[in-house]
Amino acid sequence: MLDAIAFYTLAALILAFAIAVITARNPVHSVVFLVINFLAVAIVYIVLGAEFLAMIQVLVYAGGIVVLYLFVVMLVNLKRGPEAHQDPRRQTGAGVGLAVAVLAELTAILAYTGRNPLPAVVPAASARGPGGNTEQLGWLLYTTYLIPFEVASMLLLVAMIGAIVLARKVD
Amino acid sequence: MALFDTDELVLNMGPQHPSTHGVLRVVLRLDGERVVGSDVVIGYLHRGIEKLCEHRDYLQIVLLTDRMDYVSAATSNLGYCETVEKLMQIEVPPRARYIRTILAELQRIASHNLWLGTHAMDIGAMTVFLYNFRERELVLDLFEDYCGARLTYNAVRIGGLPLDIPAGWDQKVRAYCDLFESKIPEYEELLTHNRIWKERTQKIGVISAEDAIALGLSGPLLRGSGVPRDVRKDEPYAAYADFDFDVPIGTLGDTYDRYLVRVEEFRQSLRIIRQAIDGLPEGPILGKVPRLIKPPAGETYHAIESPKGEIGFFIASDGKSITPYRFRVRPPSFCNLQALPRLIKGHLVADVVALIGSIDIVVGEVDR
Amino acid sequence: MSAYFIAHFLLIFLVFNMLVMSAAFMVWMERKVCAYIQDRVGPNRVGVEGLLQPFADVLKLLMKEELRPKAADAFLFTIAPIVSAAAAFTAFSVIPFGSETTLFGLLDRPLPLEVTDVNVAVLVIFAITSMGVYGIVLAGWSSNSKYSLLGGLRSSAQMISYELSYGLALAAVIVLGGSLSLRELVLNQTGYWFHVIPRWYIFLQPLGFLIYLTAGVAETNRAPFDFPEAEQELVAGYHTEYSSMSFAMFFLAEYINMVTVSAVATSLYLGGWLGPILPSWLGWLWFLLKVLLLLFFYVWMRWTLPRYRYDQLMEFGWKWLLPAAVVNLIATAALVLWIG
Repeated sequence: MLDAIAFYTLAALILAFAIAVITARNPVHSVVFLVINFLAVAIVYIVLGAEFLAMIQVLVYAGGIVVLYLFVVMLVNLKRGPEAHQDPRRQTGAGVGLAVAVLAELTAILAYTGRNPLPAVVPAASARGPGGNTEQLGWLLYTTYLIPFEVASMLLLVAMIGAIVLARKVD
Repeated sequence: MALFDTDELVLNMGPQHPSTHGVLRVVLRLDGERVVGSDVVIGYLHRGIEKLCEHRDYLQIVLLTDRMDYVSAATSNLGYCETVEKLMQIEVPPRARYIRTILAELQRIASHNLWLGTHAMDIGAMTVFLYNFRERELVLDLFEDYCGARLTYNAVRIGGLPLDIPAGWDQKVRAYCDLFESKIPEYEELLTHNRIWKERTQKIGVISAEDAIALGLSGPLLRGSGVPRDVRKDEPYAAYADFDFDVPIGTLGDTYDRYLVRVEEFRQSLRIIRQAIDGLPEGPILGKVPRLIKPPAGETYHAIESPKGEIGFFIASDGKSITPYRFRVRPPSFCNLQALPRLIKGHLVADVVALIGSIDIVVGEVDR
Repeated sequence: MSAYFIAHFLLIFLVFNMLVMSAAFMVWMERKVCAYIQDRVGPNRVGVEGLLQPFADVLKLLMKEELRPKAADAFLFTIAPIVSAAAAFTAFSVIPFGSETTLFGLLDRPLPLEVTDVNVAVLVIFAITSMGVYGIVLAGWSSNSKYSLLGGLRSSAQMISYELSYGLALAAVIVLGGSLSLRELVLNQTGYWFHVIPRWYIFLQPLGFLIYLTAGVAETNRAPFDFPEAEQELVAGYHTEYSSMSFAMFFLAEYINMVTVSAVATSLYLGGWLGPILPSWLGWLWFLLKVLLLLFFYVWMRWTLPRYRYDQLMEFGWKWLLPAAVVNLIATAALVLWIG
């Protein structure tokens, strides 16, 4: 019961701040709402008993990546008219298409899990050893999900090198 | 082709800023934190001293010179009085010349103390600031003993000195020299071999010897670039011809060299003061000066070595009035400040304050 | 309500107040130590040896008018100092400062001397400190002043760079101790080698400790890495436009962050509350002493060294500190695997 109340409150907060992120007129306010949004997600993780994930969420997303966002937003001259956004409807088609695709995917997943229910997941909270679920997470990442994990890190590496190449001044 | 559209950030540093040494204003154009251009705006402390001097008689002007470089007032006093003496061809007795030398060198130490303290503080070394003020206090005490004032001394008269030294003063000066000599290593320990200090000052604001001469720099700024020009040595005034001292010079002309030059000048000043105290002749302190100072018609320029560089006075007299017809100062702070835009270009905001400090300006003298 | 609950509640209350007091004490200590370093006397008018000076300062700040620039972003300008102070206070909540106590048998079960024992305590501290940077960045931006903006930018760049080395230095200790809980990490340091050398991690991680200390200075914006507020360049950096209590909150946060960084260093490298002579229920005295020594070190450094330059700091962080921290972590992990 308590869990449900916590979840729905947090879910409402997350949605509210997510809407605030895209509706705020001031980009810096947007970024601040995004941080609050991430913090709320972290609390959801804590409610689920995944402290490690929660802390990594705060550390990496709220504390690291969004600071970089803020950095860029602060540096950009906001007073200038955004030429790129002259036609607000220019991407409506693509947006609608994407939304439909996501909706279709979600429906498909729901339909699939409705027909073949997954084996009951061991609740993270009960699986907590002395090291919490940190150790389990580590095991999973380096055994079952080794290849996705490595692919993801490869992707980040490529992105990083790409960013450096782009930013490097041609002498 | 620039990939990103970037803007310059215009940062107005001063006139109310903790590190512009008074009311100097520097308008910086920044790319990130790098300076791409700058405008130095002066005049916030302009009191029209030069014009004022043309409406005061020659004795009153001494008081006005106090108010130019107010951290080394005695030097300005000396420079002005010697100019008038040159104009009127007044002979100054040796005792007065010796005491003048002692005063000028004490003043140099006090001024360098203030410079080193504020320069170090600009770079973040707060403790050096307080150490320097501790020792500067001792010089001010000596001046207070001598003439009663601590900042604006009015310590020199045309033709000599207003006062002889009080009894026991020479002993006090000697004791001060010994004390201060033991304090110089304290500053050096905190700065000279400090890695952070070196990284903050070496190769920062380099100015070559040719550029330094072309810009009309003088004093430690010029000597830091390796030009051994010192008015005390090249055109001796007061009693400098009688003393043995070295003119320290730098090699690269960066902020660190200018720092080393000034620290060495502490030692050389002590050397001069000791020789002057030891050889202090007896005799009168005022030469033959007419009751009414009215120089003959003519004009003259005379320069001395102030702690900041070459301070020169130009006085034109029409021979009829008791006020100068034209009075003009060549202030070292003003001339040296010309180098600032060139020095800071391409450096970071943090270096700007270090370089303003490195030039050693007194806005009272820049603006007059 | 059990006695245990009340005791725990009182403990939280006590920790909060002690933190505020420690900031006040730090201000006094900073001024006093700096005075002696600089051949002065320091505050000595308010209270014995000026001990009440910080309270006089706070009173003065409370009386001052709260100013806000007209062009400032009102919302962010107001919450920035709150974020800063809140993050500083929260981070301390997972630091254990003593062994367990039953208060001489008053409680039915032993109460650990800390606000809360989280099994990912190290990460909690790390996560909350990383939130503290928002206070500074937002203050810098919302003031709508160029000096503040430069201060805020410097600060965010500096904190992001140094958080990496800071985290990697901590990771090496976590690998050694095999736990993310500070209490367990401290307890792992019990005992002595050859009966003399305490089993503190500083002896196993000398390089890690140095990296942690250096990154800690940068993380707390203290001299010689105090660029965000470099007074000679940026006037007062990100808090140039702040006055009265909102300024005081930044000030408070800075000192509490120092205390936290020192407390974490004490727990991870210096054996926390463990120490000889004193009985275990007085262990918190050892903790206090060790934290105090580290704090003294911070003050000492601030009044001795000139300030680094911003780009030099970044270069040092990325080119020296980070590689050193990575090497340290890999070497530690390899050794732990080898020895077992």
